[in-house]
Amino acid sequence: MEHREELVLDIEDLVIHYVLEEETVCAVNGIDIKLGKGKILGLVGETGAGKTTTALSALRLVPDPPGVIKSGSIMVAGHDIMKLTPTELEKVRGKDISMIFQDPMTSLNPVYTVGEQIAESIELHENVTKQQAYDKAQEMLELVGIPAYRSTEYPHQFSGGMKQRVVIAIALACNPKLLIADEPTTALDVTIQAQVLELMKDLIRTYGTSVVMITHDLGIVAEICDQVAVMYAGRIVEEGPLEAVFNDTLHPYTEGLFNSLPNIHSRTEDLKPIPGLMPDPTDLPPGCSFAPRCPYATEECSRGIPELKDMGGGHKVACRNYADPDFTIERRKKQ
Amino acid sequence: MYRYVIKRLLMLIPVIIGISFLVYFVIDLAPGDIISQIAPEDATVEEIQELREEYGFNKPILIRYGEYMAGMIKGDLGTSYIAGEPVFESYMKRLPNTLMLAFASIFVSVVISIPLGILSAVHQGTWKDNITMVIALLGLSMPNFWLGLLLIILFSLKLGLLPSGGYGTFAHIILPAITVGTGLTAMLTRTTRSSMLDVIRQDYLRTARSKGVPEKRVINKHALKNALIPIITVVGTQLASCLGGAIITETVFSWPGVGRLILDSVNSRDIPMVTGCIIMKTITISIILLCVDLLYAVVDPRIKAQYAGKGGKSHGR
Amino acid sequence: MADETMLVSKKYKRRSQAAEIWRRMRKNKGAMLGLVLVILIVLIAIFSGIFLDYETDVIGQNISQRLQHPSLAHPMGTDDVGRDVMSRLLYGSRYSLSVGVVAVIIALVFGVTLGSVAGFFGGKLEEVIMRASDMLAAVPSILMAIAIVSALGQSTLNLMLAVGITSVPQFVRITRAAVMTVRNQEYIEASRSIGLNEFKIIWSHVLPNCLSPIIVQTTLRVASAIISASSLSFLGLGVPSPDPEWGSMLSAGRKFIRGYSYLTLFPGLAIMITVLSLNLLGDGLRDALDPKLKK
Repeated sequence: MEHREELVLDIEDLVIHYVLEEETVCAVNGIDIKLGKGKILGLVGETGAGKTTTALSALRLVPDPPGVIKSGSIMVAGHDIMKLTPTELEKVRGKDISMIFQDPMTSLNPVYTVGEQIAESIELHENVTKQQAYDKAQEMLELVGIPAYRSTEYPHQFSGGMKQRVVIAIALACNPKLLIADEPTTALDVTIQAQVLELMKDLIRTYGTSVVMITHDLGIVAEICDQVAVMYAGRIVEEGPLEAVFNDTLHPYTEGLFNSLPNIHSRTEDLKPIPGLMPDPTDLPPGCSFAPRCPYATEECSRGIPELKDMGGGHKVACRNYADPDFTIERRKKQ
Repeated sequence: MYRYVIKRLLMLIPVIIGISFLVYFVIDLAPGDIISQIAPEDATVEEIQELREEYGFNKPILIRYGEYMAGMIKGDLGTSYIAGEPVFESYMKRLPNTLMLAFASIFVSVVISIPLGILSAVHQGTWKDNITMVIALLGLSMPNFWLGLLLIILFSLKLGLLPSGGYGTFAHIILPAITVGTGLTAMLTRTTRSSMLDVIRQDYLRTARSKGVPEKRVINKHALKNALIPIITVVGTQLASCLGGAIITETVFSWPGVGRLILDSVNSRDIPMVTGCIIMKTITISIILLCVDLLYAVVDPRIKAQYAGKGGKSHGR
Repeated sequence: MADETMLVSKKYKRRSQAAEIWRRMRKNKGAMLGLVLVILIVLIAIFSGIFLDYETDVIGQNISQRLQHPSLAHPMGTDDVGRDVMSRLLYGSRYSLSVGVVAVIIALVFGVTLGSVAGFFGGKLEEVIMRASDMLAAVPSILMAIAIVSALGQSTLNLMLAVGITSVPQFVRITRAAVMTVRNQEYIEASRSIGLNEFKIIWSHVLPNCLSPIIVQTTLRVASAIISASSLSFLGLGVPSPDPEWGSMLSAGRKFIRGYSYLTLFPGLAIMITVLSLNLLGDGLRDALDPKLKK
């Protein structure tokens, strides 16, 4: 068991709602995340599962209004995020924790040069002169594969992939303990995706940064992550070490995700999408949120929300069916 | 960049030709013979005919227009029918007064509007926002001649603090500047607010916050610079129209500016003066608009790239 | 068990577009206030024509009663020739409203036609129309209006014409922008592909989708037309005396500003309230018709 002080990210029982005029969106419904130093967690789920909201809350960037953190605690590198004053929070952001957002096209300020934008982060957190900060900024550019002389150029002069590299440079400039990457390659071309991912892998290993990698792409998870947590309708339904979740899948939803991937080796097989849609976050079903779409669902499932159950080796699953020790899902049977 | 400036200055020429043409013809359409208005009461038919020849009205309009344009190139905008003074000189005598009033009014407007607009945008939906917007709307709906008169009633007549008209001291410019400035403020506050609202939602502000940039700086440095373009546009057009003379305000406060000049000359059918003033006004406005366009380039590097031609988009892979 | 898959939220009933727009307007207190005031002023304009007699109430002079401060008999006082200010004020609404509306109708007809032609056909035609419109816009509207009235003579009709002409460029610009946005949409391609001719396309498909900005602009332009009209009357170039246009009433009251400030107070207030209500309505329409546009 990890000791609390050693954890870089410690989220307990986080509940976040978006309170709108006519309804309340239950985005995050009781999440626990524990991430140690140097570890990379893959947070997997479809759009609307609550991944981005969880990530934003770690920096207290959930727009308020309408977002409200109803309960739970968030500790980042020993700081209690919820209790910090705005000034303290500003010191933590960018220095202990930083974030890479999904769309590089809009993440950079169009009227300042990329050099200025990287240097700003350094100036804020390190005790250096303006010139030193700018020099460091140029170093960061080189690090992400952009020639230093381009530091005087503006974002519109860069392509999508290069903009994302600049974003990475900004995020890593002050060597944060925790990096949150929200679908960093989704908006990029496939070939560029691979490049950027490689870059991230290198830098993360070099600096020893802990990372929460948010993605819906299981391929990326396999490439880069040590741990996996699968989210559905604001809750974690399965989590554990990478090999365990991939090779010894437990939750029906995770199984569904794997089944949705086309299998190039058996092309005669039909695609098996998960039937139905994600539940309406303003009107979640009682009990297990996945039950309406689950091929293994029983009446038990709609009666109460399943808790995460440790099935050994840190591999947990939230499914009532596992009360029965003989229960297995299809995928597991094949293995 | 310089090519852009030259190109814009050159484009002024067809605009001036077009406007002077328009004005010349519109005024020429005027029913009623201008000569008979100018001529002394007891003039005989022959004397009127002589006057006609003297002023060139016996020639067809196109020839008159041609001569006028020829004169304009030399810097001669003709002579006023009424005052007998050269148009150009009359205009230039009054221009400094109008300039003073214009800049004072813009100053009043900018100093009030931009902070208010930012405040409104940041606190969107709250009472601060609503009150500001209502006041802005009120200012926009008030006819400025009425506001001027109200200010005179309050500050000159009832309180006796400020003069009700004329020109000379610093005190004289306060009420007119407030009058013109208020109308401008209303519009500018709304523009600032809506422009900031657009920017406030942008992702790059979230990036800035995630870096730990203090909120005040996020708004005043990161957001504001991006919001400036529409603000500059509005300030520019307002300045341009002020420079043409705030006709109504000058009338109310007896301010000796270019606006009154135009009004009087239109009323007295002083064609050369009217035409000349409109042309001067057009030139002034066009120059100001050019400066505004150049200011965009200073603020937004993407626009600067556009002006410089194809340069600017240099992708690497 | 997994059969019920389609989730249709029961919360959202199907609403017609018009009802949805009305619902948004209702929530906007400012817009509702504007609407109420506008209706009130229109009613005043209509009924003052019925209940007030032009000869006696509006222009009839009564020197013995001149320059009386507001009292029960004359709630807004009397002017320098003894006319009741309140009656003149109420009757004056007819001039302001009619000039505003007619001027904007003129601007609408010319502006929307030119704008849609420019936006739809593009090319040289668009160039010419836009240059002409820009030239017209370059001349400050007050000046243009003054020039037109001076040229054609002072009358209510010429005032409407002058103010209308100066409002044309705005409509051209807005219509052209809206048309350009719409014409690139795919349903226009679709209509072409089934053989509709160009004008029919403009009339039936393009224009209805451009309506929102045009409606908003119309309302706001009536407001500014009223200000322009009263400004011109203030300068003596608008509605001729003795008709009680608010701007000319202000101008006349100016001579008596020392001691009789009520003469300038009430007509100005009338203008402001009328213009304010139109602006509130216009803003409210803009928010209701396209909620994606920020307030």
